[in-house]
Amino acid sequence: MILDIGFETMPREDLEAIILRRLKATIDRVYANVPFYRKKFDENHITPNDIQSLEDLKRIPFTKKEDLRDNYPFGMFAVPMDNVVRIHASSGTTGKPTVVGYTARDINTWAELMARSLAAGGATRGDMIHNAYGYGLFTGGLGIHYGAEKLGASVIPVSGGNTKRQVVIMTDFGPTILTATPSYALHLSEVAEEVGVSFENLKFKFGIFGAEPWSEKMREEIERKLNLTAVDIYGLSEVMGPGVAIECHEAKKGLHIFEDHFIPEIIDPQTGEVLPYGETGELVFTTITKEAFPVIRYRTRDITSLNPEPCICGRTHIRMNRVSGRTDDMLIIRGVNVFPSQIESVLMEMDEVEPYYQLVVDRKDNLDTLTVLVEVGERLFSDEVRHLQDRERKIAKNIKDYLGVSAKVKLVEPKVIARSQGKAVRVIDNREI
Amino acid sequence: MRVEQISVFLENKAGRLAEVSAILAEADVNIRALALADTSDFGVLRLIVNDNQKAIQALKSRGFTVSKTHVVAVEVEDRPGGLNRILDILNQAGINVEYMYAFVQHSGENAVMIFRIDPIDEAIKLLQENNLPVIEGSKVYTM
Ligand SMILES: [Zn+2]
Repeated sequence: MILDIGFETMPREDLEAIILRRLKATIDRVYANVPFYRKKFDENHITPNDIQSLEDLKRIPFTKKEDLRDNYPFGMFAVPMDNVVRIHASSGTTGKPTVVGYTARDINTWAELMARSLAAGGATRGDMIHNAYGYGLFTGGLGIHYGAEKLGASVIPVSGGNTKRQVVIMTDFGPTILTATPSYALHLSEVAEEVGVSFENLKFKFGIFGAEPWSEKMREEIERKLNLTAVDIYGLSEVMGPGVAIECHEAKKGLHIFEDHFIPEIIDPQTGEVLPYGETGELVFTTITKEAFPVIRYRTRDITSLNPEPCICGRTHIRMNRVSGRTDDMLIIRGVNVFPSQIESVLMEMDEVEPYYQLVVDRKDNLDTLTVLVEVGERLFSDEVRHLQDRERKIAKNIKDYLGVSAKVKLVEPKVIARSQGKAVRVIDNREI
Repeated sequence: MRVEQISVFLENKAGRLAEVSAILAEADVNIRALALADTSDFGVLRLIVNDNQKAIQALKSRGFTVSKTHVVAVEVEDRPGGLNRILDILNQAGINVEYMYAFVQHSGENAVMIFRIDPIDEAIKLLQENNLPVIEGSKVYTM
């Protein structure tokens, strides 16, 4: 269901006019109210008046995670603390968390976008939502919660953890929509099985999963084990929280970005150059309605591509493809950007290959070489050497076709690839630069 | 008349072959025939043993990738042209030999050769029609 027909299906021309108007207003506000942005603009000899078209956005420098950290905790806020009604923070793996704030209007906007998201994912006001995202500083739990109430659905604020009790609630209350991280959804199904509860006897119709990267393969597994339709949701606290983009359950092919509130760009993470539609790079967001914590050209470090093609659901908002990795993992091999997740996609598409691989980068005579170690499981193995060599060549060819980089593929015995805490070490970079 | 062979994936590094034979010895499995085909990076070890189940279990529990294939064991007359005759018959019928290797043990005067052939049943029928002594699996494992 499309909750806000007016905005979500607006003709592109009208939508772009609104985007530009809102962008200009945001630029005016951050220039006036946030010293960080004013300094950045001044240093680059840009004034708010220079931004006259959406193209002009490219002239503004990027905002990075480090910039938020440098202005910890409240330096990036664009309103006085009197107007802030909510504070969230994301835990950084290193150093201080990133702190974000919301005005009452921001909270309302967020709830509206989350309500739109739930509707796109199959929820209606008659549904009961089992919300297993964590409640707290993390934006997941409360974000979904306010959206569910805005939609008029019945929300169970079960939060994360105490999985056995969650299974009891699912059985007794009969919720119809599940919201959780995809890995927790799978964990729920395992625990349910342990205690003898089958998802076939539960009432779930749709599941809305996000907050961590997942794959198409995982979607198939979740849909099969949980007996529901699974859609992907995207968001990050720096931009708002969950509800920045949502997959429609009709197409399940990429997430519609709510463009009346956020401007997406894809850039080459190395050069900062804006890439055309369809090309893979780092996702960058500019918020155009947020009051307390606007961000201009914020680099998310998430890797994806944009798809402007019209969607069968009727929404006119652009779609982003599933996030396939993080720029933190990026390798540059002979000038080509390579993400381990792209290699993983290539391997996953080949039926006989297990997703156990490792990338080894060496530099010989000033030339970078990439070796892809692939574990030989039972499906890949053959007693004929010729077949194994064919498979090596096929993997190398698929990598070359998909990524444009030549790699040597080396078959290795299972468990050779070191796994640290159950997670494989994906990249060994032997280059000394 | 098929014989079961087990194949093991090995990386081409020192000591792997010895490790396989140690694991099998520990599991009380006797190796009847063995052949290693390798490239610069990896090898495939092919084995005929007296107890396939035990061998597979022991190797898998130690993390090796193992598969089972059917092969044919044929007694080859120990005189010039003995092997050639077999290959000729198969070749003329358009049957492809993927690989072959010799058995450690002799059967009386004659050598025993292992053939990986496709299609296997057609090949067995053809060899028998030509009065070539195809040896049964149960006999091969205990030779
Ligand atoms: Zn759609």
